[in-house]
Amino acid sequence: MSIAERSSFKYTAVGRLMSDPLAVAAVTIIALLVLCAVFADAIAPYDYKALNVRERFAPPSFVHLLGTDNLGRDTFSRLLFGARIALFVGLTSVGLAALIGLMLGMVAGFGPRWLDNAILFLFDTLRAYPTIILALALGALLPPGLGTVILVVVLTTFSEYGRVARTQTQALSAQEFIDAERAMGASPARILFMHILPNVLGPFFILAAINLPVVITIEAGMSFLGVGVAPGTPSWGATLKDGFDYIRNTPWLIVSGGIPLVLVTLGFTFLGESLRDVLDPKLRKER
Amino acid sequence: MSGPLLKLEGLHVRFSAARGIRSLLAGREKQTFDAVAGVSLEIEPGECLAIVGESGSGKTTLARAINGLTPIAEGKAWISGEPLHDKPDWTAVRRQTAMMFQDPVGSLSPRMTVRNLILEPFRIHGIAIGEPERKARKLLAAAGLSQEFLDRYPHQLSGGQARRVGVARALALDPALLLADEPTAGLDVSVQGEILTLLNKLRGELGLAILIITHNLNIIRHVADRIGVMYLGRLIETGPVEEVFANPAHPYTRALLAANPEPDPDARLTRIALKGEVPSLLARPKGCEFHPRCPWAHEDCATRAPDLASVSGARRKARCLHPFPDFECRSEAAGGK
Repeated sequence: MSIAERSSFKYTAVGRLMSDPLAVAAVTIIALLVLCAVFADAIAPYDYKALNVRERFAPPSFVHLLGTDNLGRDTFSRLLFGARIALFVGLTSVGLAALIGLMLGMVAGFGPRWLDNAILFLFDTLRAYPTIILALALGALLPPGLGTVILVVVLTTFSEYGRVARTQTQALSAQEFIDAERAMGASPARILFMHILPNVLGPFFILAAINLPVVITIEAGMSFLGVGVAPGTPSWGATLKDGFDYIRNTPWLIVSGGIPLVLVTLGFTFLGESLRDVLDPKLRKER
Repeated sequence: MSGPLLKLEGLHVRFSAARGIRSLLAGREKQTFDAVAGVSLEIEPGECLAIVGESGSGKTTLARAINGLTPIAEGKAWISGEPLHDKPDWTAVRRQTAMMFQDPVGSLSPRMTVRNLILEPFRIHGIAIGEPERKARKLLAAAGLSQEFLDRYPHQLSGGQARRVGVARALALDPALLLADEPTAGLDVSVQGEILTLLNKLRGELGLAILIITHNLNIIRHVADRIGVMYLGRLIETGPVEEVFANPAHPYTRALLAANPEPDPDARLTRIALKGEVPSLLARPKGCEFHPRCPWAHEDCATRAPDLASVSGARRKARCLHPFPDFECRSEAAGGK
């Protein structure tokens, strides 16, 4: 195989990702979701806040694609705006949790023993709290809103990223190429950022992609329990809660509130799996 | 340059043994052992010294201590006059001592291309290079690889190719001393030959001193001027390669050479079977540390510890109370047992 062929599109990371049908499905779902979130104002047929008491509990029709809820609000429009909330909460909290976890984990894995133990103690303590218990406790203390949701999610999930980063860093530090770098005179900072970080990032992206739907589900769960977003916010969880409350009046609400959650979970999980195949350098050989 | 390039004086490297739960509960003190126990040697500029010994004899630890990867517990060491035992500027020391590790592929950072791997030493030491591309090609060519390898990743290289990249990287900063830990490990015999020829050639061209660490006796004859045999972290015999191979003074060296596979069946030496296993570094034998395994041990070997003393001429030393050849006549009696 010549060098020119080697660098052709098929062998770039994106090229290899796109040759996997699972990844194409995942990217399509995620792209649709992003489009819905970004252009919610243009796509939504109704104002998501507009009440219409005369058309309460309307079944799906061409007037209301996914029916209406107990206040006569258009479910389809609410779900579109819900995508915005889901993506915002998901990306922000996964990003923050991953960043904090990455920094702490790499320091723990690379630093002295006592620091490792201290950081691990923190991880274990936070890990010991079930997300929902912490969510209920913090939800009672703090005003409901997206900030509270993000805080809860970051607090309960960053230790997971931290553990992955720490284990990866430790495994990498024991490898000979790290010794080789030290033997050449490389500073600890250079080793950490130039040689360990790039090798930790691969598994990290996979974890983040797989965790994103989990986070969106946590937000939905918190909203369902009433400690999430403020009342009236069109979060998917809030829609599900309404559907649950009025399941005798209309089954459509709970079904349509669940569909986007299922799609998001599938989309990001598929993406995570395909990323794992692409980002592992050992698998990066011509197949 | 006057004086030796590298000088070690009674170098010790100490590790603490992992403690079991029982010793932790009993509050026993941490046990330590010396993986390198008082090694003294000198390497002249441009000289090639081979250190041989079994696994666990402290060869690799010795090289790591010279490069500061493992701290020196005791003793003194100088490299071109710069003391290594006295908190030296390791960055400066590492600039003139390049190190090659055992695993040719594993010692290359997996997400870097060969180009970046070779230019890494310049970046680490902040050395400006006018034309990085030309420099990379030149170094690669010196190590015997064509420029088409520049864009490859380590996992796309064979062991021999990766080793050549390692050589190119080691020579990038024009070091005075190359610490080569098992430079031929894991390579085909033909590739081993190529790598040794390459090292020899570069040594001639650059006036590089090399410390080769190996347990492969066959490669020593091709590259080394002098040999040092290690046992339990100590040098037990040193001398010019030809002389030591022709007439080893220490029984352990004799056994080691006799155990070496010889390609010529007619030239096969009689094997010398050593008794028992290598003693634990935590429980060094009293007297001569080799006496429990020595086929020629005398009574006093168990009580008197020998020094590394001159034998048959100033260039050779052995740590043995009854070194060959003056002990030759007794050996036959012992061998007949």
